[in-house]
Amino acid sequence: MSLMSEIGQKAFNLGVPLAVHMDVTYRCNERCVHCYLDHDDHGEMTTSEIKGVLDQLAEAGVFFLTFSGGEVFMRRDFFDLVEHARRLMFNVKIKTNAVMIHEKEAQRIGQLGIDTIQISVYSHRAEVHDAITKLPHSFERTIQAIRFLHDQGLRVTIANVLMTANSADHAGVQQLAADLGVQYTLDPTITPMMDGNTSVLALRIPGEALPEIFHNPALVTNQEEFCAPPKPPSDEDLEGYSCSAGHSFCYISPYGDVFPCVQFPLPTGNVRQQKFLDIWNFSPQLKEVRSIRAKDLSVCSSCSHVGSCSRCPGLAYMEGSMRGPSTADCEK
Amino acid sequence: MPEDCIYIARSSAIAARALAGEMMVMNSADSTFFTLNEVATIIFQAADGQTPLREIVRLRICEEFDIDPNQAQADAERFVAELSSHGILIVSNQPLVAEAV
Repeated sequence: MSLMSEIGQKAFNLGVPLAVHMDVTYRCNERCVHCYLDHDDHGEMTTSEIKGVLDQLAEAGVFFLTFSGGEVFMRRDFFDLVEHARRLMFNVKIKTNAVMIHEKEAQRIGQLGIDTIQISVYSHRAEVHDAITKLPHSFERTIQAIRFLHDQGLRVTIANVLMTANSADHAGVQQLAADLGVQYTLDPTITPMMDGNTSVLALRIPGEALPEIFHNPALVTNQEEFCAPPKPPSDEDLEGYSCSAGHSFCYISPYGDVFPCVQFPLPTGNVRQQKFLDIWNFSPQLKEVRSIRAKDLSVCSSCSHVGSCSRCPGLAYMEGSMRGPSTADCEK
Repeated sequence: MPEDCIYIARSSAIAARALAGEMMVMNSADSTFFTLNEVATIIFQAADGQTPLREIVRLRICEEFDIDPNQAQADAERFVAELSSHGILIVSNQPLVAEAV
């Protein structure tokens, strides 16, 4: 077990919130066809409110902090927030579409000790990328920003969300990442909208097309192991948990709502009304999430894949029950 | 470098957090990840750039753990050299101003 895995397991066992994903805004300058967010501002936390939450997160033991959105640079105070987070010695990752990052912004990011910048790129073809983001010239601006950031020595990862509109382009984006000297990650998960609207799921790559995708080594490094028939689940598998959501990870929305994960819209409390640690330690909803073991899952406990499945309890929750299957993962 | 003149400060490129008595430290420049034991954590936390290493060892290590000052100093210097080689600590024979983020 690597040192990082050991730390993750230790935090999980101790119930320490090792990692938090914080969306600082849902506003965005792109209108991606698959996006699960409503982009209006319904009362985002102020600069001082977010700084106060960051202070609490540091005190609670949070180490890995992801800033995301919406588009983070829609907030004029974003650099102020990142600087505060770095003073508190978080390991900071930023998710952005990067279209507002020019040379000056890249230089400033380069001075902040950021771990990784993850940037969404949908295709190596500008017309396909721009058709998904609905922002003309977004491909050109995003790629230019990646160059600026790379020039600063920053670790950049291209995140390639796959859907029907770009399903044939993952190899092209992977090559583009290699040409730019940055990392690449691929994700075929399309999530229902936060309000429960499932219309965007029509954009998902159909199950019969997934085997081709999953032969991409960027997604599945050991295909032989991945495709091997599952071993019968052990007692240990059945006593295990699905993922770190609510155990050592949580999500905070721009309005201060705390959820087990960004893909798990089960409200557990709001940091405008309660201290973060009071929510983390005493929320009945979080306690319920933490109580669910594989043996408690209504369908999955009898599935031969239960020991190795990437089942997402949040997607299962959105399908009707956090103890049920997440069917998109069944297809994988 | 005379040992009495060693000053240490934490690099602005690092992230750090205590977890159950151990300090996790990661350097964003190369993603090297460490956990520090209790004594190393004390030195790391005291690395304000202003207090000489010998003072840190005398006041924070020797008195608290009742160990031989020379051995403690030698151990501390080895630890500081290792973390310095990974860009975690900055070492100087002059007081240091903490790197602004």
